[in-house]
Amino acid sequence: MELQLAAEQEMFAGTTRKFLAQHMPVAELRAMRHDPAGFPPDYWRRGAELGWTSLLVSEEDGGGGISASPLSDLAIVAYEFGRHAAAGPLASSNVVAGALSRGGSPEQRSAILPGLLAGQLMATWCLAEPRPDDAFGTVTAQAAALADGVCLSGVKAPVEGAAQAAQFLVTARSGDGLTQLLVPADAPGVTMTPMRSIDLTRRFAAVRFDDVRLPRSAVLGEVGRAGSAVDWQLRVAVALTLAEMVGTMDRAFEMTVQWAFDRYSFGRPLASYQELKHRFADMKLWLEASHAISDGAVRAVAEGAPNAWELLSAGKAYVGCHGIELLQDCVQIHGGIGVTFDHDMHLYLRRLTLGSRLYGSVAEHRERLTASLEAQVEEESADDDRR
Amino acid sequence: MTTVADDAHPELEDVASFRARAQAWIRENLKPVDQHPGEVAEFRTDQAELAEVARQRAVQRLLFDAGFAGIVVPRKYGGAGLTPAHARVFNEEIVGYDYPYMIQVANFSPSMAVILEFGTEEQKLQHVPAILSGDELFATFLSEPSGGSDAAGARTTAVRDGDEWVLNGSKIWSSFAWWRDWGLCLTRTNWDVEKHRGLTVFMVPIRWPGVELHRIEMANGPGHFCQEFFTDVHIPDANRIGAVDGGWSVGVRWMFYERSRESSPYITWWATGGGMAGMLGQGDLVRLARRSGRIHDPMARDLIGEVRADALVAEQTATRIVQGIRTGDLNDQAAALIRLQRGVNSTRQASVAFELAAGAAVTWDEADEILGQQGLEFLTRQSSQIGGGTTEMARNVISERVLGMPRERAGDKDIAYRDVPKGPAAGR
Repeated sequence: MELQLAAEQEMFAGTTRKFLAQHMPVAELRAMRHDPAGFPPDYWRRGAELGWTSLLVSEEDGGGGISASPLSDLAIVAYEFGRHAAAGPLASSNVVAGALSRGGSPEQRSAILPGLLAGQLMATWCLAEPRPDDAFGTVTAQAAALADGVCLSGVKAPVEGAAQAAQFLVTARSGDGLTQLLVPADAPGVTMTPMRSIDLTRRFAAVRFDDVRLPRSAVLGEVGRAGSAVDWQLRVAVALTLAEMVGTMDRAFEMTVQWAFDRYSFGRPLASYQELKHRFADMKLWLEASHAISDGAVRAVAEGAPNAWELLSAGKAYVGCHGIELLQDCVQIHGGIGVTFDHDMHLYLRRLTLGSRLYGSVAEHRERLTASLEAQVEEESADDDRR
Repeated sequence: MTTVADDAHPELEDVASFRARAQAWIRENLKPVDQHPGEVAEFRTDQAELAEVARQRAVQRLLFDAGFAGIVVPRKYGGAGLTPAHARVFNEEIVGYDYPYMIQVANFSPSMAVILEFGTEEQKLQHVPAILSGDELFATFLSEPSGGSDAAGARTTAVRDGDEWVLNGSKIWSSFAWWRDWGLCLTRTNWDVEKHRGLTVFMVPIRWPGVELHRIEMANGPGHFCQEFFTDVHIPDANRIGAVDGGWSVGVRWMFYERSRESSPYITWWATGGGMAGMLGQGDLVRLARRSGRIHDPMARDLIGEVRADALVAEQTATRIVQGIRTGDLNDQAAALIRLQRGVNSTRQASVAFELAAGAAVTWDEADEILGQQGLEFLTRQSSQIGGGTTEMARNVISERVLGMPRERAGDKDIAYRDVPKGPAAGR
């Protein structure tokens, strides 16, 4: 998170922080372990009242940001979600809300957005696909244009919050282009199979679309021309995932620093051992660096900067690697208690581990960075040739 | 746009018009370059290096004459009398242009910065304009053979003799001192008080009776480091910076500037994309992997992506930390995080380059010289975690001064420096 927030952002962050501490304290997350939704019924609605679902929606659609940069506002919520290992499909539902507000027809917006904004209706994004099409950004589900509509077939997994969602935003392929469809969860041909997840409260499912017939009005934007909308959705999803991962690192580090001062062995605090001090120094660097790249990426996405993807990939590659090392080292420094279910550390480790694989793994984002560097080198040599 | 004007800044130029003026001047007078000139890692002959230094002094003179040297330095000392914001703008505008990068570090900061902060009026009037015009180049004489990280443990001794001081001892790891003119030197002037209380700083002319300079050959070949030996070197008291025995308060600021490196407002450096000398440019790993035939190897690509991520993250981190220190959200000591990150990233990059160069990193023919260089660079991979204070010191600073963890036990507190245990290696 930025070192300095605008006054209104500070207040906004405080409201969500207080709400999560009161209504979803970390200790109570364990009670939600077997709950099908992962949170109590009115939790999401009350969160929506605090602005969790409205930030990427335009003012004319009933939404609006807190500051001049609504994505930064939402990243603050994501960060607090990380610090509390909070329940709820924050990224996927905001992606749908934002995509609808940006590209939906008046009918689509008025049918879905009011419920989403009020937290009474849930919607989620169906992007990723199961093996062997599970590489980041791969889309093979087919949206075939028919005379009177569209026929959708394919499998999407993991889909977050699928069991609670009334609407799916499905990214599918139409020839060379991408198509996005709004699919009611109860449409004929849609089947949902819950998956297990490493996180205690975040729920995922595989959703199967067997020749699902949809009217033209189900298409968000135009058939075969959703590429840039999907790219925006991906940027937002990666940015929010990053901010959340940094929140989990921040809280785990804070707990472990406190532990190092409070825990004595051989008559002195753990914090007095140079071996541990040096590891804390490394962790502090990883943490500050993760804050910096996450904030930089969020700003770049918000401003539509040309280097946004590079910063997002750098963030996902760096935090996915060093964030997990930080969490595992926090476990190590806690000793035996750190690997028990009763201790909170695993809640953060779970959340961060999940985040490191959603929306592109460390390896996938490193490959993207290398490919983009190669393209830059090509460009330079082309420039040299022209000279 | 109206600007704040006061007695000190009767006509402080606003940043936007300064930017326009700097941009126009830079385009008119400096040579455009593809990558940061310091990134072209090459071994020059001494003759070529001296010619390059002479050229950079001349470019510095151009900057000085145009009023772009010492942007934050008061006008009466030859500077432009502007603010750090102006200096940042200049660093942004100079990206993509050649400039005297070899005479920045050590010379303008810490040396000139320290003279400005602690020097007498006479000293400032004599040396600061000379430094800004490229006539005087300073090196820093801080570390000693008896210990690098423990700078306050200096044993080079200065003894008062009337209006002069007599120096004896040795300094080491002074970069490029062989072609510089002066050294800012931390000495011990009192052995009978606690370590930090008996130090004094002097300006020492390098070509001076009793000063003997050796160049240090590094494990991978010639380098820029020097060692100086002082034998009964007579220095006038007028060359003393700060109070007698008050050298540590100078030293603390000296090391602050040293850690700030190109973030210091006294240093002109590309605001983006300008790695320190010896660092590879961003596309170089791709070029290396192409050269060695490994560019399609997924493991090689993973390593390149890892280093690229580290570099992008480091840029964002430095911005966050420098800003945080400026606004007071982070304490000054957080600069050690930047030092640690640079050191760690640079060793990792050297390892990756070594890996990408494959077999040619250890045996190569003439055509593969660039790959062989990666093997040689690998030999001194740890330099970036040693020079300028080791990363172990940085980790101590971060854990103790940033996180507030207990200090390490010290054997040199509350006793005269003379009585501090110095171990069997002392005197070597």
